Amino acid sequence: MTLELSLNQQPAHARQGSSIGQPLTRRDGFLKVTGAARYAADNHPPGMLYAVLAVSSIARGRVASLDVEAAKAHKGVVEVMTPQNRPALAADPDAKDHPFMFRLDLLQNDQVRYPNQSIAVVIAETLEAATEGAALLSPRYEVLPARVGLDGAESFVPRGVGVGGPAVQHKGDVEAGLKSAKTRIEATYETPAQYHNAMEPHAIVVAWDGDTLSIDTPSQGLAMAQGRIAGLFGIAPENVHIRSPFLGGGFGSKGMISGPQILGILAARLVGRPVKLVLRREQMYGPVGHRAPTRQTLRMGMDGEGRLTALDHHAKTTSSTFDDFFEPAADASHTLYASPAIATSHDAVRLDTGTPLFMRAPGEATGSIALESAIDEAAYACGMDPLEFRLRNYAEVEPMTGKPFSSKALRECYRQAAETFGWASRPLQPRLMRDADGFLTGWGMGTATFPAIMFQAEARAVLKADGSGVMETGAQDMGQGAWTAFAQIAADGLGLDIDQVDFRAGSSDLPNAGIAGGSGHTATAGMAIHNAGAAVIARLADLATGDEASPLYGAGNEGVLARGGRLYRRDDESRGESYAEILTRAGLTEIEGHGKGAPDPASQENYAKHAHGAVFAEVKVDPDFGQIRVTRLVGAFAAGRVINPRLVRSQYYGGMIWGVSFALHEEAITDRRSGRIQNANLAEYHVPVNADVPSVEALLVHEDDPHVNALGIKGVGEIGITGTAGAVANAVWHATGVRPRRFPIRIEDLLG
Amino acid sequence: MRDFDYIRPATIPDAIAAAAEPGSAYLAGGTNLLDLMKGGITSPERIVDISRLPELNRIERLDGGGLRIGALVRNADLAHDPAFAKSYPAVAEALLSGASAQLRNAATVGGNLLQRTRCSYFYDTASACNRRQPGAGCDALGGENRLHAVLGWSDACIATHPSDFCVPLVALDAVVEIEGKKGRRHVTLEEFHRLPGETPQRENALEPGDLIVAVRLPAEAASFSANARYLKVRERTSYAFAVVSAAAALVVDGGKIRAARLALGGVAAKPWRARTAEAVLLGADASEATFASAADAALADASPSGDNAFKIELARRIVVRALMSALSGTPERLPALPASPFSNIPGARHDA
Ligand SMILES: Cc1cc2nc3c(=O)[nH]c(=O)nc-3n(C[C@H](O)[C@H](O)[C@H](O)COP(=O)(O)OP(=O)(O)OC[C@H]3O[C@@H](n4cnc5c(N)ncnc54)[C@H](O)[C@@H]3O)c2cc1C
Ligand code: SF4
Repeated sequence: MTLELSLNQQPAHARQGSSIGQPLTRRDGFLKVTGAARYAADNHPPGMLYAVLAVSSIARGRVASLDVEAAKAHKGVVEVMTPQNRPALAADPDAKDHPFMFRLDLLQNDQVRYPNQSIAVVIAETLEAATEGAALLSPRYEVLPARVGLDGAESFVPRGVGVGGPAVQHKGDVEAGLKSAKTRIEATYETPAQYHNAMEPHAIVVAWDGDTLSIDTPSQGLAMAQGRIAGLFGIAPENVHIRSPFLGGGFGSKGMISGPQILGILAARLVGRPVKLVLRREQMYGPVGHRAPTRQTLRMGMDGEGRLTALDHHAKTTSSTFDDFFEPAADASHTLYASPAIATSHDAVRLDTGTPLFMRAPGEATGSIALESAIDEAAYACGMDPLEFRLRNYAEVEPMTGKPFSSKALRECYRQAAETFGWASRPLQPRLMRDADGFLTGWGMGTATFPAIMFQAEARAVLKADGSGVMETGAQDMGQGAWTAFAQIAADGLGLDIDQVDFRAGSSDLPNAGIAGGSGHTATAGMAIHNAGAAVIARLADLATGDEASPLYGAGNEGVLARGGRLYRRDDESRGESYAEILTRAGLTEIEGHGKGAPDPASQENYAKHAHGAVFAEVKVDPDFGQIRVTRLVGAFAAGRVINPRLVRSQYYGGMIWGVSFALHEEAITDRRSGRIQNANLAEYHVPVNADVPSVEALLVHEDDPHVNALGIKGVGEIGITGTAGAVANAVWHATGVRPRRFPIRIEDLLG
Repeated sequence: MRDFDYIRPATIPDAIAAAAEPGSAYLAGGTNLLDLMKGGITSPERIVDISRLPELNRIERLDGGGLRIGALVRNADLAHDPAFAKSYPAVAEALLSGASAQLRNAATVGGNLLQRTRCSYFYDTASACNRRQPGAGCDALGGENRLHAVLGWSDACIATHPSDFCVPLVALDAVVEIEGKKGRRHVTLEEFHRLPGETPQRENALEPGDLIVAVRLPAEAASFSANARYLKVRERTSYAFAVVSAAAALVVDGGKIRAARLALGGVAAKPWRARTAEAVLLGADASEATFASAADAALADASPSGDNAFKIELARRIVVRALMSALSGTPERLPALPASPFSNIPGARHDA
């Protein structure tokens, strides 16, 4: 393996031959399949007690009484934490200092604002005793009527949606565009509430030592969690030590520290002993965020050639009564299809639910299924093939802003995926294809897209006198393979073989790696790693080129290459020496360098940056029963530089399968009267099983992006859901002639 | 979870004596009971673990051609017993269409018969449920009930019995062998489960302490082996309870139906034997038209208990298809997706 690193930050795509790009298997895979990987809840410090949440069974009202005596009388119960005795906090859990600070339910009073809200914590010597203690609390409530469903309260226009974008935006005159159109469509779609069901529920193991906190808990954002905890407890952030080496999935639910995790810390403070608190599956349905339901109406006008004259996308969504997060579904129409007039708008109702939050492709996924369905309807209304229609409306610049794309290989995605799928032979009319067994067969497609986002991250690189390297950053592996992909970037950054690099991550004691979210972790922390590597190599080159005893003397930093643990003269590669030789001669045991990853403001200003893809789906539908099966999925994605094709492919698979889930399976069923979720378990909250996804293919389309960052990385974590959900819905229409208007598509929708 | 006593009796009489005490529950595979205990839906004071009683673990051929299946035979072991699957293919197919491979490895014959409804209000202890708490009311009425019963329900309870296994069993005249304080007795499976009426909490014919020791299939049950199918429509391709299912078994001779069995699942508080439909089938031409009349007869008394009218039409269509599939003959091998409408898809590569 050749390793090469230039010291003057040549654009990454100009380099070749490296650890980057290799399809390495997960470096932590062996630990995981053998059970040796230690997840948060696997920890058991000496003297540890078990904490169990008691949660509300009403949606709205107040807790009138709790039988604390009965719980305390139960053998093994040590303490019951209620609003009466909960240790004081340094900050109000209902304070909102900035939009990213979400309100927490930390027993601040007796109010109940959603089902499954924590109302007490029982701490006991055993899990069983704590569990029974929680049951013995037998809460009584004063109940107020629950506000349930998209029509459950008065709607209003939120001040901002998503991460604070405007709720209403437009360019051009949509009404005029619709008026001048030759063909028009209008369609409404509903998407359900979806709840986080990562394999690993939120768990925390806490030990206090004076004012120092030692915590094992899964986190997608260690530094943010550290800061939030420090703020709530009035201690210095550096006194909060969080270990999160592995997450059993995050998907946005572990981005911000949740209320129950803080309650675990409070419980440990109250009893003065280490405490473990693990959410039960059904307790995930409330305090850890969810994807809010939407009702979306799209209106489109097309001219005689099938060109959009107007695109109007309205989304109604829900939030909690006490905090602000609004699924920015309509914003999906900002970036994909060219139209002289685009309008997007949102309104919302406040319901007695936990606050909806980020869930894999928040806004993009919900918006995409509606937009891609509507585009399919528009194509059909124009008598055009859906792919041809999309190409006719291909956006050469970002439609809403007019900015050029930093790169966009979507045409190539369409071409490769369509060819692999065999799209060309698709009949335009629905309900024409049957297979040999008589099943209705349908083909549908959708366009995938997701913004290429970067946050802020730091990394620290060390080269040691033995020639090996260390790379440290508090990055988070949610199961996506960060341990591996970052080690690959680190190896290239240090000009070392990957086995020569000790890559350290997953702890808040390491440099802040930002958040593993927004599909931006690889780009952000990856750039920090890359830059830290460059910085330490520059120091090393300084040592060598300034040392008369070195064969590199006088070459200058620009004139040196780092590869395979050696520095070489760029103009004469026969002249070089090893890192170990340079450091030993300089009498140094190690040198270090620091690097940052952050978006480049100039390129932010000048370019629209998005990953793209095209997804094609084949479904079979039983003509009598309406039971659906997705028999084939082909996606092609262009997302800049691929650090590890094996890991990237599994991100696409996972996203695409979630797209199937979105279209056909996932839904929180909420009782229309009580507001309680009726299927808060994995038997009844359906996600696809293997038999639902017999054939999934993801093609990696080459894309060089010189603008997103020096490594050319976009992001692959979320894009797979977008496009896929709509492709499945459109395939169902093509199979049956029935246009799905609510998701998940149900048997009764197709029975006819 | 409340503290409970755990007893592991060595013999059947010991088990029955132990379980006759109030607040006792038998533990077999535990796949349903433990979930119910964790959720606080049932809180037995004493668990009588029968899972290691050896004499309940056998499959025996009876003199005269019948079969006796011990109550502790695992669902997977039974389905994968080649002789069993050959004689009772619809039963094997139903078993393999249920739950997941892991659950089938643990679940037992007796436990499968006695699994409780999946009505979400039954599981949600904050809801009113007559079945869980007699007289409390039924929150499923007027609630989220699109999967609830369309046959045999009452205003006291609209829940369904979720078992797949029981559907072909009831069609084939299976008999439940019960041992209790007063000795052994036999109850047909058709009479074993009860409709809710005013007492939905009385789910079956068991008295306190009664132990299911076996399920018997009469000799005649094997006579359908050439034309017997189970068909299950569900909301994902595998690992889901039936929305509606049907077991159909025929003996056809010269185009005429000489014997017919039909039962429905997912439609009522018990596996639903469709006797009026069987009467329509008997002696008639084995044709789609006959099957459609039988389907109408089977659903003649059906009515929606909520947002579930679609299940009635769905059930009709499933009956017709199940009969058509039975007529076309039991497949040589169990399909890779047992009981699925998609079982025929060429290249279906996954065992459900
Ligand atoms: C996620 C999930 C999905 C499932 N999907 C399906 C499905 O698709 N189709 C389907 O049919 N089933 C399904 N099941 C149900 C499963 O089949 C039952 O849980 C199982 O058959 C119960 O058997 P068991 O031996 O584990 O019973 P246990 O849980 O041990 O016992 C169940 C009940 O029967 C009593 N009992 C057990 N044995 C005896 C006996 N011999 N005599 C007297 N009383 C006894 C127990 O006291 C208890 O009340 C599913 C279950 C789960 C958890
Ligand atoms: S339908 Fe039956 S099981 Fe369900 S809530 Fe009503 S009484 Fe209980």
